[in-house]
Amino acid sequence: MKILVCISKTPDTTSKISFVNNGKEFNSEGIQYIMNPYDEWYALVRAVELKEKNGGSVTVINVGDVSSEIVIRKALAIGADEAIRVDVVPESSLQVAKEIAAHAAGYDLVLTGKETIDYNGAEVGAMLAELLDLPYVSFAFKLEKEGEDWLVSREVEGGTETLKVGGPIVLSAAKGMAEQRIPNMQGIMMAKKKPLNVVASIGAEKGSVVASHEMPPAKSGVKMIAPDDMDTLVKLLHEEAKVI
Amino acid sequence: MSVLIAIEPVNGTINKGGFELATFARLTANQLTTEAHALVLGNATNAGELGRYGIQKVHTLVHNNLEVFDSQVYSKVIAQAAGQLGATIVVVRHNANGKSILGRLAILMSADAVSGVNAAPLGGAVFTVSKSVYSGKAIAHYQLNSSNKVLSLMGNALQPQILGEEVNPQPIGLEVAAPKLQLVSRETETGHVPLPEAEKVVSAGRGMKGPENWGIVEELAAALGATTACSRPVADTGWRPHHEHVGQTGVAIRPNLYIAIGISGAIQHLAGVNNSKTIVVINKDPEAPFFKAADYGVVGDLFEVVPRLTEAVKKFKNA
Repeated sequence: MKILVCISKTPDTTSKISFVNNGKEFNSEGIQYIMNPYDEWYALVRAVELKEKNGGSVTVINVGDVSSEIVIRKALAIGADEAIRVDVVPESSLQVAKEIAAHAAGYDLVLTGKETIDYNGAEVGAMLAELLDLPYVSFAFKLEKEGEDWLVSREVEGGTETLKVGGPIVLSAAKGMAEQRIPNMQGIMMAKKKPLNVVASIGAEKGSVVASHEMPPAKSGVKMIAPDDMDTLVKLLHEEAKVI
Repeated sequence: MSVLIAIEPVNGTINKGGFELATFARLTANQLTTEAHALVLGNATNAGELGRYGIQKVHTLVHNNLEVFDSQVYSKVIAQAAGQLGATIVVVRHNANGKSILGRLAILMSADAVSGVNAAPLGGAVFTVSKSVYSGKAIAHYQLNSSNKVLSLMGNALQPQILGEEVNPQPIGLEVAAPKLQLVSRETETGHVPLPEAEKVVSAGRGMKGPENWGIVEELAAALGATTACSRPVADTGWRPHHEHVGQTGVAIRPNLYIAIGISGAIQHLAGVNNSKTIVVINKDPEAPFFKAADYGVVGDLFEVVPRLTEAVKKFKNA
């Protein structure tokens, strides 16, 4: 079984977000980058678990410049066997999907996280599935192999559903799929020797890109209410906030 | 040229999310001096009501092959409808199904795509939409230059407005391929509004001290008609089910009212809730970081404050 896991590099959750060049560019100064948590905790860990159970291999693919290699090495330390880095700075979901699609043929399973924590797009998986002409299940929280088929559970509006589908498929992984794994020392040592293939970009088109950013309006400040005066809170929620 | 929304009814009805789409489509169509159409995929008793919220023509398609949601099948049907109706802008909901469709439509229609749009497009020479990014820490503006455009609309981003009258839905003939996905089982959560759609959420954290104390949270939620949620440590220790976990790694929500009880407000939690319209924080620790993100704060013992709030809500509702 060959599994491909798409991983992104994103700013750490605790990062202070700001922009330069009139709001056009993200200010990366002082930003610590991590592997997108949904890619790491759910997609990658489940891929490694499936490989451990059924045999096969796990390849991770990232679209990014050399600064991505720290998260790629971490993915290898967690248990991926090899990595592909497409050497171009990503600017849109369409570009990323097209660059990955050029290397995604021949896998039984292609996994992404449900979305990235920077642009929260949740688009790459579906685009990739369409480019590869494969079935796609988004927000999967459970994935099992059953004979030749996959059994996938996903969130739907107002509940969940379980689906059966023959491979190959593209899936986006959500909470519940797997538990976070911390790479151990052996994994970290082995990761240094695993192949990381850098390939040239196919020059994929970008489609819509962000024209500018702005910061959301600041909260006007918290209004404190005395703990024994809940009638006032209810009144404010009704008259001022207009939410009840 | 027209604006087309695609809707899958839930349990035979179109819910508020569908009406939000209708209003968004009409506001967009008005800017471009064109019409707003809807494609309803499956049976819906209230499809005609889309007219009240702005849709001028409702097209319905009921087909056995649409009974299981297979994004490949649905996307091809929607792209086909767009072609037939001459729609150049297609809008879907930013829910689980919409997220599976949007990317596929972008490829099928060679369209620029923006997911999770948070307001009607800005009028002007270039079609511009915005969305919340970096988990609510910033807003990004996208300019779409392609002739076809596909968007998904964030739930609760705008409220449905009465913009017209009920219309008569008309069936539309489209080819529907056989799905590759097979439905094995479906579990429906009943009795409360699911978290991603909830307008009011009452959430509690470790300050509750144990699962046996959740009664006061449930009573407040019941009084408000709210859905209950919890913080990550609470779900991880098994005090509450995982599907109640809101935050960056759990469910991200944007209700009108979010009441956080005994939750300190770690940045990962805030990332999942800071798009809420109004945030109320109840905590005994005046230094809890959540107060900085709150609109209203109460410093006090939650075991006293929460029942008092429940009583005040009941009194207000009965008044």
